[in-house]
Amino acid sequence: MAGEAGDQAQPAAGPVQETGEIFDVTRFGEYTQFTVVAPGVARAYQPGQFAAVAVGGVETSMLLRRSFALYGVKPGGEFAGTIQFVVAANGRGTEWLVQQKIGARLDLVGPLGVPFPLPRPGVPAVLVGGGYGSAPLIPLAEKLIAQGSEVEVIVGAATARRLFGDLQIKRLVGTVTVTTDDGSAGQRGWVTDPLPSAIERLGAEIVYACGPMGMLRAVGEVAQAHAIPAQVAVEESMACGIGVCMTCVLPVRGSDGVSRFVRSCVEGPIFDAGRIRWADVGKLPADLYGADGM
Amino acid sequence: MTMDMTTSLASVELANPVLTASGCAAAGRELSQFFDVADLGGVVTKSIMLKPRSGRPTPRMAETPSGMLNSIGLQGPGIDSFIANDLSWLRQAGARTVVSIAGHNTDEFVSLAKRLYHQPVDVLEVNISCPNVESRGQVFACDPIASARVISAVRRATNPNVPIFAKLSPDVTDITQIARAVADAGADGISLINTLLGLDIDLDTMRPTLGGTTGGLSGPAIRPVALRCVWQVHQAVPQLPLLGMGGIRTGQDALQFILAGASAVSVGTAVFHDPTAPIRIIAELEAELARRGFRSVAEAVGFAHLSAEEQAAFLASRSPVAGVAS
Repeated sequence: MAGEAGDQAQPAAGPVQETGEIFDVTRFGEYTQFTVVAPGVARAYQPGQFAAVAVGGVETSMLLRRSFALYGVKPGGEFAGTIQFVVAANGRGTEWLVQQKIGARLDLVGPLGVPFPLPRPGVPAVLVGGGYGSAPLIPLAEKLIAQGSEVEVIVGAATARRLFGDLQIKRLVGTVTVTTDDGSAGQRGWVTDPLPSAIERLGAEIVYACGPMGMLRAVGEVAQAHAIPAQVAVEESMACGIGVCMTCVLPVRGSDGVSRFVRSCVEGPIFDAGRIRWADVGKLPADLYGADGM
Repeated sequence: MTMDMTTSLASVELANPVLTASGCAAAGRELSQFFDVADLGGVVTKSIMLKPRSGRPTPRMAETPSGMLNSIGLQGPGIDSFIANDLSWLRQAGARTVVSIAGHNTDEFVSLAKRLYHQPVDVLEVNISCPNVESRGQVFACDPIASARVISAVRRATNPNVPIFAKLSPDVTDITQIARAVADAGADGISLINTLLGLDIDLDTMRPTLGGTTGGLSGPAIRPVALRCVWQVHQAVPQLPLLGMGGIRTGQDALQFILAGASAVSVGTAVFHDPTAPIRIIAELEAELARRGFRSVAEAVGFAHLSAEEQAAFLASRSPVAGVAS
């Protein structure tokens, strides 16, 4: 595959496979946050990258790793490096994972994928998180603030118990806008409702988002209407996470104008929303590179 | 005493009998982040076709008990890009290279063999059994005549110094019939097995989960089927070397395939779960062989076909390398 990387950021170093001990388990509403000792993964991590976690133990019947965006990464120093990720139990693999206790060991591969590309220092940015998709936005916000960007963050979920990171973001940024579908926290509605005014108020030149595909598409459309780019972290289901299986592909338009199925695990998970052919996800458009070879 | 881990696929000698499996290691580059691909018995590349191929729409994968279904549809860059980028990289990496080719028809297989004639290819694996290429149910490897036609044409078109292995499907009534057909057609060896055709239904949508409707089942779930196929084909064509695969996850699994008659094994779906599995399995296999008194891989190939008396006589003729047979 012509590896069409466009203007993407590149990982600092390759991934490692390591066994990490669970250092802390904390529940947030419907989510479980894990802190895991994983110095190898932590070392090369950049915001936007993820880890692929084996589930079910040594003799597991669940062969596919579960991928989680990383945040709260401490690259080590006095203590060994740690990483954090948040899990929503919504299947057998994640249900096994949320039952794991402090001291249990997890088989991890990471850091995987490309990081969020950063704008020039000082460029104002709006960050939008859906559900636990707000997790990787926390280290991104830290980095943007550190390089002098003004940042606004919008987090949303179906209901209050599915919000994640709103308090941490409020501490970090000073303010956070919360939306819920049912009005159980913040304003009732979608994250895209307060997004246009946030972009305008800040004079934002870039939007970052992580969350469900429908939300990412909608965020991309709002950004486009304001003639600014949106960098979005996709959640496509993956089998390997390292680029060998070809299951996690999305139809993405390259800088050469040609659309290809590209792997979300290695060419993503961060994409320019304007490059993803949202309407063709789950389809095989006739103009896609190699479609005539089928 | 050191274990002789070398083995051979027809005329090609391998440092050890553990290879990747087609479609489960791309062309080796991604796995080289985790280990040196030159330490493998070989890299079996994802089946390459003549033209660039988009593959099927998503979802392409469904996890099943001890396995997975895929309907990738052989997404790939086409033979020219493969030669320029992937094959040259493998050459540079020093890996033994088994190139898997797939075509819509015999002419495409022949064109691929010709394009690869002067390329650094150690073995050619002829994928006549991919459930995701032809219209489903019309896989070459389900028909002995169609299989023989492709294999004999590819054998004539391929560099005579390069062995060709026919990759067979388990989705047939009698795999030995196909094995004999490809042996007679000039195959130098047989790779088995490809995935089994399967289906998963999404209970939310109440429709098939995969974009391609049906998919290929792989992983430990299919291991007994694969082992049975290796056993039967070794009996049917004992003169042909076999590359065995299907759900191998440990050195013990690999040893079962070797005892059943495989000269080497491919590790496929296990790589998705554990990217270092092939390297781990080499070490585990060596320990399993030693524990049973073998001094080489070659001694163990097909050992399960010997009678209890023949096995006992062989093992009595030597003291175990390390410990006693458990």
